[in-house]
Amino acid sequence: MIWEVVLKKLLRQGDSSFELDLRCGSDAQRLVLFGPSGAGKTQTLKMVAGIVQPDSGRVAIAGRVLLDSARGIHLSPQQRSLAYVFQDYALFPHLTVRQNIAFARQARGRTWLNPAHDVADDAVDRWIAAFGLQSVAGHQPHQISGGQRQRTALARALVNKPAALLLDEPFAALDKPLRQRLRDELRDLQAQLQIPMLLITHDDDDVRALADEVVHLHAGRVVAAKEMASRPLSSWPDGPEKAPVRSVHGSPAP
Amino acid sequence: MDAAWVPLALTLKVAGWATFFNLFLGLGTGYALARWHFPGRDVLDAVLTLPMVMPPTVLGYYLLVLIGSQGPIGAWLLQHFGIRLIFTWQAAVIAATVVSFPLVFKAARAAFETVDTQLEDAARSLGVSEWAVFFRVSLPLAWRGILAGLLLCFARALGEFGATLMVAGSIAGQTQTLSIAVYEAVQAGQDHTANFLVAVTSIVCLVVLLSAGRLLPGRVAPRA
Repeated sequence: MIWEVVLKKLLRQGDSSFELDLRCGSDAQRLVLFGPSGAGKTQTLKMVAGIVQPDSGRVAIAGRVLLDSARGIHLSPQQRSLAYVFQDYALFPHLTVRQNIAFARQARGRTWLNPAHDVADDAVDRWIAAFGLQSVAGHQPHQISGGQRQRTALARALVNKPAALLLDEPFAALDKPLRQRLRDELRDLQAQLQIPMLLITHDDDDVRALADEVVHLHAGRVVAAKEMASRPLSSWPDGPEKAPVRSVHGSPAP
Repeated sequence: MDAAWVPLALTLKVAGWATFFNLFLGLGTGYALARWHFPGRDVLDAVLTLPMVMPPTVLGYYLLVLIGSQGPIGAWLLQHFGIRLIFTWQAAVIAATVVSFPLVFKAARAAFETVDTQLEDAARSLGVSEWAVFFRVSLPLAWRGILAGLLLCFARALGEFGATLMVAGSIAGQTQTLSIAVYEAVQAGQDHTANFLVAVTSIVCLVVLLSAGRLLPGRVAPRA
C-alpha cells in the first residue's frame, strides 16, 4: 500500500462549514485527487503534509506512518520529509532561484541563516541544469517566467530526496501550451525518480496525462475511488458501510 | 557648550536603550499577536497600544506607583538588591521604553501580518526548524516595516518628557534629557541654551524621520 489516507476535519469557509471525511487507499505511484474547488482538496493535501491538523485520522505513505491520531503518532511537517509544491509555488521572494533550491540543504535546515548567493552544492547544480535554470539562477522569483517558477518550486522540493511528492494544482497558473509541456515533463520526472506522487486538480487534462489512479472528491467526501483490495472492509475505523465506493476512473462501479 | 552636550548624550543613551529593549519586546509581542489566535487578542492589542494614546504623565504615574520605593516592584528591588530605580537614568529608560513600545509593536504586527503564512509553511515542509523559519523567512520579509517602527520608537524616545519627568526627575547631568533641559532653560530664561537645544533636537528628529520614511513598506520592491 503506497497511500493510506483517512482524514476527518470540520472545515469552516466563511459562515458555512462542512465536514471533510475522506478515506482512500491506493497502490498507485501517481495518485490524483480530483474535484471541484471547495471540495477540500487543498486542505487534504495540507493535512497529508502536516501543515493543517485534522480532527482525527491516519496517514501512511509506503508503509511509513506520518499520522495516527488513535495511536498518538503525529509527525511535524519537518519530520515528514515530503515535497510540497504549492499552487502559486510559494517561492521565497527575498531569495534567488539558486538560494530557493538550496534552502533546506545545509545541515537539514537547522541553521538560522539563508544560503549564500553563490552557495556551492552539487545536488543544487544538478537540478538547476536538469530544469534549464542556469540563466536565471541568480534571479529572484518575480523576475522569472511562470514555467521557470514552477520548475524552481519542483527543484526545491525534490533536491532533498523526499519520500513523496505532493502537488497542489501545479499547472493552474500557467497558459495552455506550457501546461501540456510541463505535464509531460512531470510524468517523465516521476517515472525517472520512481517517487510516489499525489496531485490535486480540478482539470480533466491533468487526470488524463498524469493519473495512474484517480480519487474523486466532492464536498469533503470520496465519491468514487479504487477499493483498498489488500485490506478487509471490516478494518475501516467506522465499519464496512463507510468504506469507499468501488470504482476506477473511466469505468462505472460494478 | 556643556549645557547641550551632556543632555544630548544622555538622551541618545536613554533612547538607544529604550529602542534596544523594544527591539525584543515589540518584535516578540508583534509576532505573537500576528500569528497566534487566542481569546482576548483584541483586548490585549488595545492594552498594549494604550501607552501611545494615554497622557505621558498618566503613564508616569503608573510607573511611579510600580517602581517607586513604596511600589511592588520598587520595594522588591530595594529589599533584595538594594536598587533604587526612581530618579535614575535607568528609570528614564523604563519610561521611554513604555511610551515608545506601541510604535514597534504595531509596526511589527503589521509587518508580520503582510508575510504570506504559506511561505512559512513551505519552509516547514522543507524540513526547516521553527526558529529557522522565523529568522530565514518571516523576519527577512518583515524587517523593513519593523525597522521603520524602531526608528519611530527612537524618535519618540528622544522627545519623551512627561513620564520621564515623573519617574526620573530633572537632575542636571544625571536624568536631565534634552526635552527636559529645554523646559528648564526656558524657565530659567537662558534663551541661548534653549535655542541651541531646540535646534539640536529638531535636527536629530528630522534625520530619524527621513530615515524612517525611506524604509516604510510602500517602498518595498514588488514581489512575485
